[in-house]
Amino acid sequence: MHTPILTIRNINTVFPDENGGLRALRDVSFDVHPREFICVLGPSGSGKTTLLRILAGLIKPTSGSFTFGHGEQPSIGMVFQQANLMPWRTVTENIKLPLEVKQMDEKSTREKTKEMIELIGLDGFAETLPRDLSGGMAQRVAIARALIHNPDLLLLDEPFGSLDALTRERMWTELSRIWQARQQTVIMVTHSINESLFLADRVLVLTRRPGTIKMDMEVDLPRPRNDDMRYTPHFGKLARKLREAIE
Amino acid sequence: MMKKLTPILLSTLTFLLGWHLITRYSDIPNFILPSPLSVWNRFLKSVNDGSLPYHTWITLIEIVLGLVVGVLFATVVGYILAKSRSLEKVLSPYLVASQAIPVVAIAPLLVIWLGDGILSKVIICALIVFFPVLVNTIVGVRAVPSALYDLMGSLHASRVQTLWKVEVPASLPVFLGGLRIGATLSVIGAIVGELVSAEQGLGFLLQLGDFQYDTPMVFVAVFMLIALALMLYGVVRLLENKFLKWQERSNV
Repeated sequence: MHTPILTIRNINTVFPDENGGLRALRDVSFDVHPREFICVLGPSGSGKTTLLRILAGLIKPTSGSFTFGHGEQPSIGMVFQQANLMPWRTVTENIKLPLEVKQMDEKSTREKTKEMIELIGLDGFAETLPRDLSGGMAQRVAIARALIHNPDLLLLDEPFGSLDALTRERMWTELSRIWQARQQTVIMVTHSINESLFLADRVLVLTRRPGTIKMDMEVDLPRPRNDDMRYTPHFGKLARKLREAIE
Repeated sequence: MMKKLTPILLSTLTFLLGWHLITRYSDIPNFILPSPLSVWNRFLKSVNDGSLPYHTWITLIEIVLGLVVGVLFATVVGYILAKSRSLEKVLSPYLVASQAIPVVAIAPLLVIWLGDGILSKVIICALIVFFPVLVNTIVGVRAVPSALYDLMGSLHASRVQTLWKVEVPASLPVFLGGLRIGATLSVIGAIVGELVSAEQGLGFLLQLGDFQYDTPMVFVAVFMLIALALMLYGVVRLLENKFLKWQERSNV
């Protein structure tokens, strides 16, 4: 096995409130290996999003630590529950935002942006504004924006939660295709068992608040995964195992 | 374009015709209600002798400088207050109290302190512009979606980058709304200052006409003020059209 790209040790998080603080996470520890796709599964209010926000550097854990393999501050690509695009920017301008922040030169920015638009299959929509995109298209743009700077870690926070069921399932196929093309390390938060089995190499199940890891399960389904796989006995067995673990 | 202008043109013509008929068929003397024709002649005369362009120019300079000063201060203070709740708590009573004082009431004071030149008018103008722009800046900056801050945070963006790439464009619609109000108010500011004491400007011309029973001159000055206000309003609308294209409905 490779050495882990990310080591998370004993993360605790308490949010201050009137009665002594709200414990969101308790002693969360796990390792992430390069190019691994991890799904974090749990009931609502289990601190899943808190965990992602800590890894993204948006909040600090109360105690505990996480370190990246190369010891530096990692670059992060993040996809939120809503597409979270800037309404005043076109598809192209939204996607290139991370490169702008990194102040990359114009020429390679243009090339990479074009490459990403092709990857997500929105070729005809480069100059379209977000208001004219469907939910699924907007979320694809958000994924492209999260990937363009080739981040060490891609964090997905229930990215398909606001989409209808059909679009969501189409997005699973899309995401696993993009993931295989880009060889990215992914941590994705979800509350859908199907979604996690369809996408992940490993599923972590969190308990109710304060969230702690209850189960760490390898998903040994072959890739590429498809719809039919959902009706196999093995998929059913894994799904049942996960369902039992979630309170 | 023609379609848009036709109703405006029609209503203006009706207004002028009505005005003309009233002055023609009633016995209101010309120094109470001058006829449109005499106002037009007065206008041509004051253009020809150079007095109208000169005084309009002075007032325009006062307005533009007042707007620039007022908007700059309001934007900076508004941004700081939007970012600091505690500072806002301390300062907002003063800001609201300052709005309870009509500018007309302190205009004479400012003229005493700053002299009756352009400076006092610029400051009066800036004061009247300040508040609407301040309030809209605060509202605009507060309304920036927190998810966009998260996005910039996850990209390790600097504060300056977040300011220019998120806060400025996201708060621009509300800010420009404030600027639109401020721009029209700025005309009032300049005139209030000039009416208190001035040797030049449209307010001076207005008062001069008043003293000399030159009512057509008063009308000319008032129409010039309307033109200035419309022009400023138009400039803000142009800015909105340029920067807020993304807000328009897609079928427009």
